[in-house]
Amino acid sequence: MSTLTLGKALNTGLRKAMEDDPKVVLMGEDIGKLGGVFRITDGLQKDFGEARVVDTPLAEAGIVGTAVGLAMRGYKPVVEIQFDGFVFPAYNQIVTQVAKIHARSRGKLPMPITIRIPFGGGIGAVEHHSESPEAYFAHTTGLKVVAVSNPADAYWMLQQAIAHPDPVVFFEPKRRYWDKAEVDLDTAPPPLFSSRVVRAGDDVTLLAYGPMVKTALQAAEAAQGEGRSLEVIDLRTLSPLDLAPVEESVRRTGRCVVVHEAQTTLGLGAEIAARVSESCFHSLEAPVLRVGGYDVTYPPSKLEEEYLPDLDRVLEAVDRSLEF
Amino acid sequence: MTAVREMVDPVPGAAAPHLPAQPDLVQLLTPEGERVEHPDYSLDVTDEELRSLYRDLALVRRWDVEATALQRQGELGIWASLQGQEAAQIGAGRALGEADMAFPTYREHGVAWTRGVDPLDVISLFRGNDLGGWDPVATRFNLYTVVIGAQCLHATGYAMGIQRDTADAAAIAFLGDGATSQGEVNEAFIWAATFDSPVVFFCQNNQYAISVPIERQSKVPLFQRAAGFGFPGVRVDGNDVLAVLAVTRAALARAREGSGPTFIEAFTYRMGAHTTSDDPTRYRLADELEEWKLRDPIARVKAYLSRSGKADAEFFAGVDAEGDELAARIRTGTLEMPDPAGTEMFDHVYAEQTEEIAAQRAAFLAYQEGFEK
Repeated sequence: MSTLTLGKALNTGLRKAMEDDPKVVLMGEDIGKLGGVFRITDGLQKDFGEARVVDTPLAEAGIVGTAVGLAMRGYKPVVEIQFDGFVFPAYNQIVTQVAKIHARSRGKLPMPITIRIPFGGGIGAVEHHSESPEAYFAHTTGLKVVAVSNPADAYWMLQQAIAHPDPVVFFEPKRRYWDKAEVDLDTAPPPLFSSRVVRAGDDVTLLAYGPMVKTALQAAEAAQGEGRSLEVIDLRTLSPLDLAPVEESVRRTGRCVVVHEAQTTLGLGAEIAARVSESCFHSLEAPVLRVGGYDVTYPPSKLEEEYLPDLDRVLEAVDRSLEF
Repeated sequence: MTAVREMVDPVPGAAAPHLPAQPDLVQLLTPEGERVEHPDYSLDVTDEELRSLYRDLALVRRWDVEATALQRQGELGIWASLQGQEAAQIGAGRALGEADMAFPTYREHGVAWTRGVDPLDVISLFRGNDLGGWDPVATRFNLYTVVIGAQCLHATGYAMGIQRDTADAAAIAFLGDGATSQGEVNEAFIWAATFDSPVVFFCQNNQYAISVPIERQSKVPLFQRAAGFGFPGVRVDGNDVLAVLAVTRAALARAREGSGPTFIEAFTYRMGAHTTSDDPTRYRLADELEEWKLRDPIARVKAYLSRSGKADAEFFAGVDAEGDELAARIRTGTLEMPDPAGTEMFDHVYAEQTEEIAAQRAAFLAYQEGFEK
C-alpha cells in the first residue's frame, strides 16, 4: 500500500507501463523537462529518454496524427492533451482516423492509443480549461472512453488503458489531481470497462464518474444524516457503458439520479436515462433524473460554483426523485 | 538542389500572373520523348527497366479506363481517375524499397500497382464492398485516406517509429495540391522537420482541387514552401516517369540515411474529372486539356522507346494485349464480386468487441432472419 495523490498515481502508473512495455511512447506539449503542466509525467523523460517521452511541437492534430503512424509501426503511444478545451484541433484525427482505422483495415491495423485528457472545472481557470467533452467521444464509434475518480483507479486504469488494443480516451479529473488515497500497487484490479458500487444504499441509486464521484459520495454522507440511504456507483467506463451493476441497483431502489459536470442536454446522463428506463421500466418509482451543467457556455470562473453540480444540487435531485 | 532553368509553358486557362514563370523543373524525358540530362539527378536505367516502366504506365491506364467504364455502367459507386498522373505515381512507386511504407490518398492506383495490390482490392472499395480492401501491412501500402491530408501525419509518425527502430526504411506520404492548404499537412511538415524524420512528402500538383485551381491554394510555387519549414523542396516534371523515379529515389535515400524529409512537387495534370461525379467542363477550358495531352506521360515513353529502338511493335502489341486481359479480369472480377455479409459492419469496429455491439449484431441477425422465414 502507498499513499498517493491522484496525479502521482497517474505518474506511477505511466512509469510502470513504460517499464513493462518498451513500445510505450509518451507524447505531448511540455511533458518532458517540465513534466507536464500538471506534472503527471514528472521525471519520466529523465529516466526513459527523449525518444520515449517526447516534447512535441504545439499542435494537437500533430500529436494524435503522428501517434496513429507510430501505432501502425507497432508502438503504443500515450498522448497528453494539455487541457480538455484543447482537444478540438485533434478532433479530426481522433474521429476520422483513430476511431475508424481498425474497421477500415478489418483489424489489420489496431490502434492501441491512449489519449489522456484532464477534464472538468472547479480550478478557477480561463476559458477552454474547465470543460467536459466526454460525450463527443462516447458518441464516436471506434473509441473507448473511461474516466477515473480516485488514485487507485488512476494507477490501474491508466495501465489497463495503455495495454488495451483499442484506442482509449482517458479522462482525468483535474480538480482531484491533489486528492490522496491509499493505493494497493499489487492486487489485481477489476476489469477496465466495469462500473463499481462505491457506497451501498437502498433508497436511491446515484451515478457519477470522474470528479463528480466525490461529490456524489459527499451527498450520500449528508443524506445519511437525514435518514436516506444512497447507493453510489462510479461508472468508470463511459464507452462501452457497464450498466449491469446500475440495473441491479435500480431494481432494488426504484430510483436513479445521474450526475455529471457536462451540459445536461445529450450528455451521458441522457443515454443512461434512456437505457435504464428501458431495462428497469417496471422497477422505477420515478423518472431517471439528471444533474449536470447548465446548457450554457462554460461560465467565467466567478460563476463556476453556480454552474457545476454540487452536493446541494445532487440532494435536491434526490429529494425530487423520492417525492415523485 | 540547385536551380535548373527548364521552363514549363504556363498552363492555358490557369495562368497566374502573380506567379513567377515555372522554374526548377527536373526533367529527364521531354514531352517529345527526348532523353535529356540533369546536373543533380542522373538515372541509370536499363532497357528492360524502361520497358517495364512503360508496361506499368500502360496497364494502370487500362485499369483506370475499365474502372471508369464500370462506374458508368453502375457497377462502381464512384471512381477517382488517375489519368494524366500515371508517371508521377509509377515513378514514385517504383522508387520505393521493400521496407518503405506508402501512405496514399484515394487516387494512388498507380502506386498501389507497384506495391502489388490487386486492382480488384481497390475496385472493391469504390464498389462499396469495404472501406479498404487490401492488407496494408503485407503490401506496405496504407489504406486510402479520404480526409484530405490526414495521412501526412500518419506517415510522419510512422517515420518516427522507423527512427526508434533504427530501421533502414522511409515513409512516403502522397498528397495533392489542395491538401497543402490543410493545417494537418503543415503540422506534418513541422514534425518531420524538427525530428528529422525519414519521410518524403510527394505532392502531385494536378492543378485542381476538384474545381479550385492552384492559385487559390498558394501564392508561391508549392515546392518553394519546403524551405520555410527547413527541408528541401524540388519540382519535378510529374509527367516524366524517369525524372520522378530519379527524384523520389534521391529523396528516399536522403531520408533513409537520416538527413530528414524532402518535399517533392510533381507538376502534372488531372486529365479526367476529379471523380466520376464531377464535371470539369464547368471550371476549365477544353484548350487546357488539349495542351496537356501534348505532355502525356505515356506517349513520351513510347516515343522514346520506339525511336531509340529499345522496344518494337511486338512489345507494344504485347502490352496492349496484356492490358486487355487485365481489363477483362477486372471486369469479370467486379461483376462476380460477392456483396459483403451484413454482419461485416459489426465485426471490426474494435479489436476487443463490446457487449453493446455484440448485442446489436445478434439483434440484426434475428431481424434479418425474420424476413427469411
